[in-house]
Amino acid sequence: MNSLLLQGGRVVDPANQRDETSDVLILDGKIAAVGPDAGKRAPGDVKKLNVSGQVVCPGLIDLHVHFREPGQTAKETIATGSAAAVRGGFTSVVCMPNTSPAIDSSATVALVQDRGEQAGLLNVYTSGAITKGIAGEELAQIGSLHKAGVVAITDDGHCIQNNDMMRRAMEYARMFNLPVMDHCQDYSLVTDGVMHEGYWSTLLGLRGWPAAGEEMIVARNILLAETTGCRVHCQHLSAAGSVRLIREAKKRGVPISGEACPHHFTLTDAAVAGSEKFWAEDGKTVFGYDQMSAALPAWPSYHTHFKMNPPLRSAADREAILEGLVDGTIEILASDHAPHCNYEKEVEFDYAPFGITGLETELALSLMQLYHAKRMSLPDLIAKFTVNPARLLALDKGTLSVGADADITVFDPDQEWVFDVNSSRSKSLNSPFHGWTLKGNPTKTIVGGKVVWSGGE
Amino acid sequence: MGSMAKTGESLMAWNRKHLLDIESLTAEEITTVLDTALAFKAVGERAIKKVPALRGKTVVNLFVEPSTRTRTSFELAEQRLSADIINFTAEASSLKKGETLKDTARNLEAMNVDVIVIRHSASGAPHFLSRVLNAHVVNAGDGAHEHPTQALLDVFTIREKKGSIAGLNVTILGDILYSRVARSDIWALTKLGAKVTLCGPATLVPKTFEQMGCRVTHNMEEAIRDADVINLLRIQHERQRKTMFPSINEYSRLFGLDRQRLGQTKPDALIMHPGPINRGVEIDSDIADGERSVVLQQVTNGLAVRMAVLFLVNGGKDPQEISAN
Repeated sequence: MNSLLLQGGRVVDPANQRDETSDVLILDGKIAAVGPDAGKRAPGDVKKLNVSGQVVCPGLIDLHVHFREPGQTAKETIATGSAAAVRGGFTSVVCMPNTSPAIDSSATVALVQDRGEQAGLLNVYTSGAITKGIAGEELAQIGSLHKAGVVAITDDGHCIQNNDMMRRAMEYARMFNLPVMDHCQDYSLVTDGVMHEGYWSTLLGLRGWPAAGEEMIVARNILLAETTGCRVHCQHLSAAGSVRLIREAKKRGVPISGEACPHHFTLTDAAVAGSEKFWAEDGKTVFGYDQMSAALPAWPSYHTHFKMNPPLRSAADREAILEGLVDGTIEILASDHAPHCNYEKEVEFDYAPFGITGLETELALSLMQLYHAKRMSLPDLIAKFTVNPARLLALDKGTLSVGADADITVFDPDQEWVFDVNSSRSKSLNSPFHGWTLKGNPTKTIVGGKVVWSGGE
Repeated sequence: MGSMAKTGESLMAWNRKHLLDIESLTAEEITTVLDTALAFKAVGERAIKKVPALRGKTVVNLFVEPSTRTRTSFELAEQRLSADIINFTAEASSLKKGETLKDTARNLEAMNVDVIVIRHSASGAPHFLSRVLNAHVVNAGDGAHEHPTQALLDVFTIREKKGSIAGLNVTILGDILYSRVARSDIWALTKLGAKVTLCGPATLVPKTFEQMGCRVTHNMEEAIRDADVINLLRIQHERQRKTMFPSINEYSRLFGLDRQRLGQTKPDALIMHPGPINRGVEIDSDIADGERSVVLQQVTNGLAVRMAVLFLVNGGKDPQEISAN
């Protein structure tokens, strides 16, 4: 039961500094042995799977997804979100609490956990709200949330503007060793901005969301992390200044971290002006441009699949995010998978909700922009999907150590495929990467020793 | 640009189904509109001002954002082209009940309308509509993005007074950041070879506009000294008083066009304003009414330009035939 022998893959396990051609033996849902000789210890009846030419790594973790349950099930459910996640190679996800009602009580936490178990595909963790109803006014019952099993607290989608409130939340959360994650957005600077403030917002006549609106709160969070000693994690970083601030703070030993999303290190604000404008300049440095150039993906100006929060930024910001990932300033990759219904997105740009789906394209885009572009080694990239988020959230995951849960992702780093949003397993279709030729594709997603997704079947 | 001599040639330069913005037009296409408008202006000066160019066609004026001047101008242009007209405002429509723009527009289209003229507070709304409809879409102003027919009537008026656009110094003054007129004017003027200077408070005239090929200055004297054309934009004090500039009085002192500053300009500099004018704010009242002001000619020309645009997007080729009726 839930036993399997993976033979001949390139086993990359950053938690154990392993990168070698090896076998992985799974017995009863746990890692039983890893090494060239692991196969010898397999009982005779264990199913064998030849994965030579593929990468075998700890199951990927995405600590930033919106599964919209409870309350927004027209966009996504925990079941459909889970299906998209395992197709993307993920074995664990962390749900954001900006549901309806918000995940600000132990009852809602239990509901999310139950639905995750019912879906039965992967480990569905949840974060809890920092404030009641994510309203930024009163602290949520953080102790109860902790007891109920949240792995972090955040008001994601919103940002606590009151600095004293944020400070107290950090002090309080530290009692439980809960990290505080923050969507960094200064409302007074951002006001009603809908895209990055710069040349393209000027040209398109769209209200700007200045980079300083993120950097201001990143700076605040650094100061408060330093004051309180609480671990603070800045979500979906988009701006060069944020990377600079975090790099400098980490050097001082401040307990601060950050995550980056593929859209922010692949696309730029030029994409809001349409594909022609994007490919004319900024798009040329996207990995695979030459391969795609025969049939570059096309989209019109003001397409709402290029509207997310924080917004796509300049080419210089994109470069800074990539550099931050390479030098370790940004330790974690995440999707900010944010499904929305077609009818919600098929409106004027100003009126469309922020957000795009991302779970199914995340691994490929990360491989393309970081590994295939020869910026980063495969182990370094995999660490940002496995051991690093596991450490931040104190999860017993992200490793192939003997005895650990057999959560494993097998992927072909070189397989080329075209992402068709109509075959997405998410309930929503709001991806900007429809029609893109991607490189790298999960072939097996294994959770607790059970194959929950298998490519090409 | 000898307009009439080139008419036949430049008329070939229009194959567009919509008029969404000036940015995507070529200089030839802009010239085609101007030349076509010239013929329609002649129609407007006749005793019988109506031509059958759009007879049997239905035009919807979908004004999601309130407008008096532009809507009236479009309506009159449509009437003079003999189109059937439906006027549609957000206040008195299902948009008010929460219907999406897409649904509203597709319902209208299901009644086989031919052209939708749209004014909307959201930038890009006409572009969005053009993707979900088969009807022709004419942008009558979208958010802070573009107001293409305003720019076309502006360059039409300048060409009429100055003979051509190339080489002229044109200064646009005021609220550039939030102005769709400014963006359309910048594209039209630079494409036709004018040198454009933008001037106003740094909060309303950010340096980013230099990337659109303009000069940006915050010094009024410098901005107007060499100008052949001064285009004043309306300061919307109701919207911007809070953080964009301290007061109307200060604005007026720094950037208002008064008699003394007028004296520093070239004697033949044209004074333009898209309206509605704040008398005594961006312009002294008597300058607005003075002999160098072409404010009312702009309004007259707006009608001819809008007739030309509606005619061209509907596939019209030679206005000479029309005016022979």
